[in-house]
Amino acid sequence: MSHLVFMGGLWFALNILGLGMTYCIIKAAIDTSKGKGGEHS
Amino acid sequence: MDSALIPKGVNRCPLSELILKLGPVVAVLLWGVVAMFMCWIKGLNQTNMNDSYGFALWIWADLTVIALGGGAFFTGLLRYIIGKDKLKNIINFAVLIGFICYSSALLILAIDIGQPLRGWFIFWHANVHSMLTEVAFCLTCYFMVLTIEYLPLILENRQIDRLPFFHNLSHNMHEIMAVFAATGAFLSFFHQGSLGGVAGVLFGRPFAFREGIFIWPWTFFLFTWSAAACGPCFTIMLLKITERITRKKLVKDDVVDLLAKIAGWMLTTYIIAKIIDTWYWAMVTAPSLGFELTDFYSNNPFYGMWILILEIVVCGIIPSIILISKKGRSNPVSFMTAVVLAVLGACVNRWAMVLQVMAAPVLTFEGWPMYYPSWQEVATTLLPVAYGIILVALSYRYLPVFPQEVELNPVESEDQGGKAKKAALSGAEVSPARA
Amino acid sequence: MKNDQAKKYGMVIDLDKCTGCGACMVACMAENNIPFKEDESNKLDSITWMRVYQLTNGKPYPETDICYIPRPCMHCEGDHGHSPCVSVCPATATDYSQKTGIVSQIYTRCFGCRYCMAACPYHARYFNWWDPVWPNGMEKFLNPSVSPRMRGVVEKCSFCFHRHQLAMNKAFVEGRRELEENEYQTSCAQACPSGAIAFGDLNNPKHTVNQLAQPDNAHGGQPKNPEVFRLLEKLGTNPKVYYVSSREWVRRAGDNYLKNENPGKAH
Repeated sequence: MSHLVFMGGLWFALNILGLGMTYCIIKAAIDTSKGKGGEHS
Repeated sequence: MDSALIPKGVNRCPLSELILKLGPVVAVLLWGVVAMFMCWIKGLNQTNMNDSYGFALWIWADLTVIALGGGAFFTGLLRYIIGKDKLKNIINFAVLIGFICYSSALLILAIDIGQPLRGWFIFWHANVHSMLTEVAFCLTCYFMVLTIEYLPLILENRQIDRLPFFHNLSHNMHEIMAVFAATGAFLSFFHQGSLGGVAGVLFGRPFAFREGIFIWPWTFFLFTWSAAACGPCFTIMLLKITERITRKKLVKDDVVDLLAKIAGWMLTTYIIAKIIDTWYWAMVTAPSLGFELTDFYSNNPFYGMWILILEIVVCGIIPSIILISKKGRSNPVSFMTAVVLAVLGACVNRWAMVLQVMAAPVLTFEGWPMYYPSWQEVATTLLPVAYGIILVALSYRYLPVFPQEVELNPVESEDQGGKAKKAALSGAEVSPARA
Repeated sequence: MKNDQAKKYGMVIDLDKCTGCGACMVACMAENNIPFKEDESNKLDSITWMRVYQLTNGKPYPETDICYIPRPCMHCEGDHGHSPCVSVCPATATDYSQKTGIVSQIYTRCFGCRYCMAACPYHARYFNWWDPVWPNGMEKFLNPSVSPRMRGVVEKCSFCFHRHQLAMNKAFVEGRRELEENEYQTSCAQACPSGAIAFGDLNNPKHTVNQLAQPDNAHGGQPKNPEVFRLLEKLGTNPKVYYVSSREWVRRAGDNYLKNENPGKAH
C-alpha cells in the first residue's frame, strides 16, 4: 500500500514536470518556426 | 568587457573588480574541492565522525540548507497558488537561493555516503518505508523543479533572449510556471516533512522520537512549517546582504514587508505548535521511555537547557513577535535582528535534531560522546557557501534577477531623477522612468 | 512438516557468570574477519560486533559491585518485524527474517548512509571508516565462510549466520530440515569459558534459551522469568538477547527509569 502511494506520487510529479517541459519546448519550437519570438513579437 | 551580457538599464562594476572581489571566495571553493577529493579518495576516516556520530556536520548542513532553501517553494506557493502577485519581485531571487541550497545539499550528500558510487541504490533498491528514501526522491524531483524555475531567468539573459527559440521557451515556461510551482510546493511539503520524519521515527532514540499521526511523527509537520517560516527569512537576509554589497536597493520595501509579515505569522504559528509538541514530548513521550527532560540537557559539557531556550524563546518567540508587528518590521534594526534570529532558529533546531540526537545516551551505562568537525568537514561545508556566493554574483551580474532594480536605480537621472527614486524606495506607484 | 514453525534465534547471557574475560569478543573477531586498526585505543571507531561493557553499581567500598555485559546485535523484532534499523534503511540493505528472527546485512547493497546506526540504540552497528588492512599473511587465516567488507559500509553481528547456512547444508545432505540445538551455535557462545552465553531457538521449548528466558510471545517477547531482563525494554525494540542476573541493580541498569519509578514489568 505504501509502495503504491509512494510510487504513485513520484510518477505523478515526474509526469507533470515532463509533460510541462515537453509542452514548453515543443510549443517554443513551433512558435519559432512560425517566426514569432523576435525582439518585439 | 562583458557589457554585452549585462542586462539593459543597470550598472555593474568592471569585470576585473568582480574577479578581484571573488578571489577569496574562489580560494575557499578550491579548499573545499581539495577536501572533497580527499574524502572521496581516502574515505570517511577524513572526518571526525565515528560510530557514535554517524550523523554529524554534513547531515546538519544538509538539513539546514534545505530548510533555509524553503523560501523558494513557499514564496512560489504564495505567488502562484495563493496569488500574492507582489512577490514576483523577489521570487527570482528566492528561486536562485533555493537552487543553490538544493544543489549544495545534493553535493554534500554525494560526499557524505560511504560508497558514493552506489548512491543510485537509493533509487534502484528503494525501501518505501524509509523516510530517507522519500527524502532522496523528493529532493531530486524538487531540484528538477528548481532547475526548471531557474531556467527562464537564464534564458532571459540579454544575449540568449535574442534567439527566438529561447525567448519563446522562457515565455512558455512563464505561462505555465504555476503548474511547476504547485508541483514544487507538493514535493517540498513531503521532503521537508520527511527530513523531520528522519528524526521523529527513531523509536530507539527517545530524544528524537515523537508520536504522530498515521505514519508521520509530529516532527514531519514541524519541519515543513519551520522551513516555510525560516526559508523566506533566509531569502530576506541574503537580499539585504546583496543590497549592502551592491550598494543598491533591489526590492521595494512593501514586497519585503509582505514576505516578512507572512513569514512572521508562519513562525508564530510554528512556535506555538513547537511548544505544544515539546511539552507533550517532555511530559508524556520521553517519560514513558524512562527519561526526564533534564536527562537530555545535563551531565555533559555542551548540551544544556540553554539550547532549548535559544531555539524556542530567543530564535522563536522573539522574532515572531517582531515580525508580526508593523512597528517591529518597520524598524530596520529590529527587522534584521528578527530575520537573523529566525534563520539561526532553523540552524539550532536542525542541530538539535541531528547532533544532540546522536550525543544523547540511551543505554544507562554509556555517556555523552562529544564531537567537533575535522577541517575536511568544515571545508566541504563551506564549499557550497562559496559556490553560492559565486552563483549569486554571476546571476546578479548577467541576469534580470530583480524586476524592480531598474526602477529603484535609474541609470540616467532624467527629468524625474531623485524624485522618482525617493518615491520608488517607499514603494509608491510611479510610472517607470525611461531608462 | 512437524516442526515447521518459524525459528527465533536468540541468546540468554548469564551476567552472574560473565567474568569480562573478552573471549567472546576475540572469538567473534576471528570468526567474522573483523578488520582492525593499527592503533585500537580509540573505541569510538573500532569494530566490535560483540562488545563487553563494564558496569558498576556506583556505591563506595565495601558495597562496590561490578558487572560485565557482553552486547552483540540484539536482532530486534520490534513490532512484527519492524526493527528500528530495518525500517529506516533506504536501500533495503538490511532485513528482518521472519523465518529465523535474524536481522541480516547486505554489504554489497549498503551505500553507507549510516541511518541504521543512528536508529540503533544499542550501538550494535559499526561503520567501515577504512578499508580492511590485514597484516602480512593474515589473509590465509580469514574465515572463508564470511565475506570481508569494504570501506564505507555498515556491518554488525549476524548471530554467525554462516554457521546456520553450513549446518543447514549438512542437514539437507543428511535428508533433514531441522537443526539440533548444538548444530548451530555462535562462536561467542562456544568460546565463553564460563558458559555464560546460551544460544538457540527461543521458540523451541527444548532449547536452553527458551527454558531460561521464558519469552512471552503474546507480550512482545518479554521474559516471564523475573530474574531475566532485556536492555531498553521500554523502547519496544523487542530484542532477542536476554540477560539473567540475581542482582537487582544489574537488572535496573538494563533500562531507563524515572526517579521514583519501580522497575517492574514494562507495560
